Amino acid sequence: MLSKRIIACLDVRNGVVVKGVQFEGLRQAGDPAALARRYNTEGIDELVILDVTATIESRRALADTIHQVAQEIFIPLTVGGGIRSEADADAAVEAGADKVSLNTAALKTPELLTRLASRYGSQAVVVAIDAKRAEGGYAVYARSGQTAASRDAVEWAREAESRGAGEILLTSIDRDGTRSGFDCEMTAAVSNAVSIPVIASGGAGGFDDFVDVFTRGCADAALAASIFHYSESAVHDLKAHLRAHGIPVRL
Amino acid sequence: MIALIDYGAGNLTSVRKALSALGAEHRTPTMPGELAEAQAIIVPGVGHFQATARLDEAWRQAILAKVEAGCPLLGVCVGMQWLYEGSTEAPDVPGLGLLKGRCERLPDREASGARLKVPHVGWNSLEPCRKSPLLDGIEPGAQVYFTHSYAGPVTEETEAATEYGTRFAALVARGRVAGMQFHPEKSGVAGLRLLRNFLEGISSHSDAVETDHRLSRRP
Repeated sequence: MLSKRIIACLDVRNGVVVKGVQFEGLRQAGDPAALARRYNTEGIDELVILDVTATIESRRALADTIHQVAQEIFIPLTVGGGIRSEADADAAVEAGADKVSLNTAALKTPELLTRLASRYGSQAVVVAIDAKRAEGGYAVYARSGQTAASRDAVEWAREAESRGAGEILLTSIDRDGTRSGFDCEMTAAVSNAVSIPVIASGGAGGFDDFVDVFTRGCADAALAASIFHYSESAVHDLKAHLRAHGIPVRL
Repeated sequence: MIALIDYGAGNLTSVRKALSALGAEHRTPTMPGELAEAQAIIVPGVGHFQATARLDEAWRQAILAKVEAGCPLLGVCVGMQWLYEGSTEAPDVPGLGLLKGRCERLPDREASGARLKVPHVGWNSLEPCRKSPLLDGIEPGAQVYFTHSYAGPVTEETEAATEYGTRFAALVARGRVAGMQFHPEKSGVAGLRLLRNFLEGISSHSDAVETDHRLSRRP
């Protein structure tokens, strides 16, 4: 049976993980490769490295980070943040990314999805959709939630799929950072509208939030960052909790 | 040296990395003639079956000649699908025909009628169908990473099957020809072990060649 995937997100800036990392015994706190290694040992299914600054200076650091992580960890690795062109995607893939995640650039130039899919295959193209609840639907935002894109999340997800995207990474702006649970209604609306997998993100607070998003939310995968920072066994404990609730996981 | 065939279907970085991590020397030949010195051939692949059409008659003949001579061949994902007779994904593109059957699209409904997403993306379990050196050290139910919409049928050549709406061939072997529908290079510890098991088969092949060579020189 296909497992529900648990994905850890590393938010990096200039080669350093920026969200509080509180692992005990982690010698190089903030070192993405060390953190990735840790998650991998704990049984994470996939990693996402998100360059939260995406400046030109941080690009080189990002390539080094991807390279370091990819060198020793043999699970799927997605890279996102500031990928605006085929050249940016090439650099990430060259450094060792298996998938690239596009957000603002895909909204601005949807044909980019098709070009990347024909170059690397759809499985390598992830469309990140940041959305919040709005009258009659879910409004998509670009530029890290700064600019309304005048698109509905369900409609945009369908278009992204038809243009060659292989997965949707759906973040609830309303829930992000609140630890109040995923937006299961929005996740289900998008997941049921497309045939490609939907990764739910934003709002993970406790293990039961993951149970909810995999059942009510119809998510294929769930992504979180800080929840995995608090304990060395969080990934394993979360998966054991999911299994106890009848959700198939890789343990 | 392992020849890693590049037919432009996606990136080979992760396969190269995994081979390097296992200490296997590898190269990407640019001409079919360069296969002569290969101890094994790996055909990786992601994306569409159509892409395999870029391996023209010269490549096909060179690969088939190596297989004929006993050289181990591993196809991964679309590279495995290419080992069959063909695929409904691109009916006009012939496969190598080393494995029996054709690849079909995965069903978008469970037997129960429940909706299934296609592509099949993520970690799913291997159910061994027979004892095989490729499965050494792999627990029944071990999970590996898949990303595909088409798959080969379960036949007597299937070493391990996986269930997703239907049972399909996840690991196949016929003589020295093997196929992995999942991505061993992306499947963590289990994936590296499966790849290592294939590589160990190569060294036993090289030893055998060397032995034959010595025997033939005996007066």
